[in-house]
Amino acid sequence: MIPAAFDYVRASSLTQAIELLRDNPDGAKLVAGGHTLLPALKLRLAAPELLIDIRSVAEIKGIEIGETHVKIGALTTHSELSASEPLNNVFPIFRETARLLADPQVRNRGTIGGSLANADPAADWPAVVLALGAQLEIVGATGRRTVPAEDFFLDIFTTTLAPDEILASIQIPKPKTGTRYAYRKIRHPASGFAVVGVAIAVRMLDGVVDEASIGITGATNHAFVGKEAAEFLTGKALTRDNIDEAARMLSENTECLSDRYAPAEYRANLVRVELGRALLELSQ
Amino acid sequence: MTISQGTRHVGQPLKRREDLKLLAGRGRYVDDLKLPGMLYMAILRSPHAHAKIDSIDLSLARAAPGVRLALSGSALEDRIGPIVPNWIIPGSKVPVRRVVATDRVRFVGESVALVVAESLAEAYDAIGLIEVEYDVLPAVTEEQDAVRGDAPQLHENVPGNITTFYKVKGGDYEKANREADQVVKLRVVNNRLIPTCMETRAIVAAPEPDGTLTVYIGSQVPHMHRRWIAETVRIPEHQLRVVAPDIGGGFGAKMHLYPEDLLCPYLARELNAPVKWWETRSESHQSTSHGRAHTEDLEIAFNNDGRILGLKVSTLGNVGAYLSNMATGGPTVNTVNFGTGTYKIENYEALSRVVVTNTVPVDAYRGYGRPEGAYIAERAIDAVARHLNLDQVEVRRRNFIQASDFPYRPYGSTGVMYDSGDYQALLDKALEAFDYEGRRGECEALRGNGIYRGIGVAAYTHMCGMAPSRRLAPGGFDRGGWESARVSIDSSGRATIYSGSMSQGQGHATSLAQIAADVLQIPLEDIEIVQGDTRQVQAGHGTFNSRSMAVGGSSVHVSSHRVITKAKTIAAGMLEVDEKDVSYSAGAFTVPGTDIAPLTFSKVARMAYVGHKLPDGVAPGLDETVFYDPTGMGAPSGVHMAYVEVDPETGIVDILDYVAVDDVGTLINPRLAAGQIHGGVVQGIAQALFEEVSYDSESGQLLTGSLLDYAVPRAEHVPNIRSSFQQTPSPTNPIGVKGIGESGSIAAPPCMVHAVLDALSPFGIKHLDMPLTPPRIWAAIRSVREGDAR
Ligand SMILES: Cc1cc2nc3c(=O)[nH]c(=O)nc-3n(C[C@H](O)[C@H](O)[C@H](O)COP(=O)(O)OP(=O)(O)OC[C@H]3O[C@@H](n4cnc5c(N)ncnc54)[C@H](O)[C@@H]3O)c2cc1C
Repeated sequence: MIPAAFDYVRASSLTQAIELLRDNPDGAKLVAGGHTLLPALKLRLAAPELLIDIRSVAEIKGIEIGETHVKIGALTTHSELSASEPLNNVFPIFRETARLLADPQVRNRGTIGGSLANADPAADWPAVVLALGAQLEIVGATGRRTVPAEDFFLDIFTTTLAPDEILASIQIPKPKTGTRYAYRKIRHPASGFAVVGVAIAVRMLDGVVDEASIGITGATNHAFVGKEAAEFLTGKALTRDNIDEAARMLSENTECLSDRYAPAEYRANLVRVELGRALLELSQ
Repeated sequence: MTISQGTRHVGQPLKRREDLKLLAGRGRYVDDLKLPGMLYMAILRSPHAHAKIDSIDLSLARAAPGVRLALSGSALEDRIGPIVPNWIIPGSKVPVRRVVATDRVRFVGESVALVVAESLAEAYDAIGLIEVEYDVLPAVTEEQDAVRGDAPQLHENVPGNITTFYKVKGGDYEKANREADQVVKLRVVNNRLIPTCMETRAIVAAPEPDGTLTVYIGSQVPHMHRRWIAETVRIPEHQLRVVAPDIGGGFGAKMHLYPEDLLCPYLARELNAPVKWWETRSESHQSTSHGRAHTEDLEIAFNNDGRILGLKVSTLGNVGAYLSNMATGGPTVNTVNFGTGTYKIENYEALSRVVVTNTVPVDAYRGYGRPEGAYIAERAIDAVARHLNLDQVEVRRRNFIQASDFPYRPYGSTGVMYDSGDYQALLDKALEAFDYEGRRGECEALRGNGIYRGIGVAAYTHMCGMAPSRRLAPGGFDRGGWESARVSIDSSGRATIYSGSMSQGQGHATSLAQIAADVLQIPLEDIEIVQGDTRQVQAGHGTFNSRSMAVGGSSVHVSSHRVITKAKTIAAGMLEVDEKDVSYSAGAFTVPGTDIAPLTFSKVARMAYVGHKLPDGVAPGLDETVFYDPTGMGAPSGVHMAYVEVDPETGIVDILDYVAVDDVGTLINPRLAAGQIHGGVVQGIAQALFEEVSYDSESGQLLTGSLLDYAVPRAEHVPNIRSSFQQTPSPTNPIGVKGIGESGSIAAPPCMVHAVLDALSPFGIKHLDMPLTPPRIWAAIRSVREGDAR
């Protein structure tokens, strides 16, 4: 509960933060909301020599509703995502998800950028950005790059971010009208994180699925896209049978994690049940 | 709410007087204390469950910035301790427990070395520099494994890892077994829990200029801590002052003697400076006592009409690596003595074995033994109902101890006596509040639609406020059963009451004042309650075992009466009438049938202190102290009911309703009483549904080391609890109260388990062990479904 000693710098620009990261290749850590990093410091699971606080970096704050895309700054807190009317008018799934994420104190400090960069296998936002087909904007010493969310998560707590890169924003293509969303989550009784979380976006046209996408978290080492199930549904009506088949397909193709609380079979079952229920919700 | 003079305060749902300060963040806890020159202690804890300590190198730690002292166990061995339990069931083998391990560690978290530094951060940095070489030994964490012949042995003087054998016998179980229509066996596990107080433990020991020592500690039992610290650190008890400020929850965990309680006083005297230690949450998980951790084998002999003829119980109580303060009493007296619950089971036989394992010591936790005892009785009666396919309510009715049976000694016991109660009436009230018939029908109807609802019932009784003192000796309980109260009236007629009880959230400042206000007939605002300071409070045993109203409250009641008796004598002198003609009502002394003007209590108080006109032989002052030793123990009882829906696809349990009807004798304050029920029920629901300490049975590592993996109940986990009461006054004390603090945590676990089992009955599932987590329930349903498919 008492972190080891560290230095602290409050960066005022992305350039400065990146320079600091580059100059301290082993011992520096970015801190945004601190709600993942600080507990790790207190338990001495992490002991960086330098904390680079990026909360004052204006360039990666705020939500912009553009012509073709919605852009969410990495520093946007969970509460801001929930509170923003313009954002939720386009993507109500943000409020629906934030509501199920932690508690008000954590939501007031924790950021979506921190959550994605941390890549906790049970975090909520990864499933959402996957289902929304987001692009992640990353800034580093050599410039900017954009990575599809699908390629961002590599393993447990591992992403494509290089040590001297910063996740700057999340860019989501605006949806076609009529797209509907759902996020369902089974919480771990202690941590409140997802044992399994399912985010879906579905657009119906003439009684059949025109487009569907599915993001799953909690089940495996990192959040992933349920591609096969989504493809299976495309062009089909959301009947009970089709839903069951999609859910079964997704569940059977997922190599689930096993832990003391929830064995792999249980997680696989939740993937099936929760996807089924989410689709059923949207079919009505 | 204000109460006009003359109205009774007892029975009023007053708000807690202490809440404003606590809610406004103005409570004062040990960690709020910052004394000049204060040093900080940090403890290095064993990372192994069982190991020999080969060497400890403190040199780097000693050289680290700010470090004043770094010590290992060998430097302390002759100075402090060992730590001895306070309750030792006769015949127990007591392993030696050093304050800091010397040659061997026996659980993950056991203290191995310590550092005292000028800041907390420096102390933590320095313990990271201590190098310890261990030779790891095989470990055993589960009670069933520890009693096997080939199990690793923890202590030389505890062969087979069993410290205590305890037997109870009444009637003739073997005969009952032969004569019964049926006999069913059942193994039930009472899951290990972590008490999880909001405020973790903390202690500050401060040397005073006059050579005495003040110890600030969040203690449920300040006077007991004074005695234990004095004896173990070898400080004359009268030179030790123990102060317990506000406490953020105790639940039993803060009534034991821990190494840190001894180290801070010792080190403060060595270094002649205040020394603080404050427990982190992760330390709390691996060093503050755990609770429960039993396995019981039951054998139930019953007839086809549902009547239980006999019960045989075999208990294994896991007490961790050493005998903590009360450890031998929990799985024995406190558990198996109560194994027949509210039922008339005349042929009873129980054997309890107290087992050491390589885990955190297990000790009292809200209910201590009584939840385990009630779980035995309740799971047994439920098994009978399930086995015979009889209504769970009807089976209870047929077996209940009847109202006319009280006082009742179950199975002819000499140690257990239930003083009063009426279980049928409790059950009727609960059924009505719950709408049992309606919901029974609802459950049946919904099952057709694949909706699985279930009703749980649990009845309980137990005994509170261990007393009288002379009866505690044979059980090896090395303390008294009395409580003291000093009612000190000042010269304005206001009262300061010094009580040996110790609130840790129960609301004594309100409830004890209500008791006194009725006798003294002065407003509540004119009464202050002082607790938690051995320099101010004459003596006491503190708060545990739901004893504070029954014993502490009674002592306030009796000493308040003594004050009035003396005041009456003084008033008679002032009024120049005979004492027996004086009566006291509405805060004034009057002489009925005369026109003598009433004399207020405050005028009499003033006279007591100026002493100008006191009757002959009456000493000045209005100040009475009573050491009240009850004649017996009150037995609270209750019936709780739960309504749940289980989602068979996910195993998730939704609690739709919870009804608690409790008989805790006279209610001092119905609001606080309901609060006690709510808190206990919440803890009980958590035990039933998700709380559980896990150890890796190979390595002995604590797997639930933080609140990320150890689930404590939150608002989202619990339903609205509907609490109501029946009041059968206890004949064992002058105010008729029984204990209440533990009721909820005793009743709720079996109640919840029964509700879930009822919901799962269409699947033929008859037993599941707590906690009934969704994965566990789902797995049980799946195995049935797969069995069906085959
Ligand atoms: C009690 C509690 C409950 C929680 N429950 C949930 C839950 O139910 N669901 C859930 O999803 N999460 C949960 N969280 C996690 C919470 O959402 C965190 O706030 C979030 O995951 C991390 O965001 P942060 O801004 O706090 O990151 P920080 O702690 O500041 O940083 C986390 C990591 O990401 C890095 N980082 C931060 N920002 C960037 C960036 N822009 N670019 C590159 N690297 C960066 C940091 O260096 C660090 O390694 C919970 C946390 C707590 C304390």
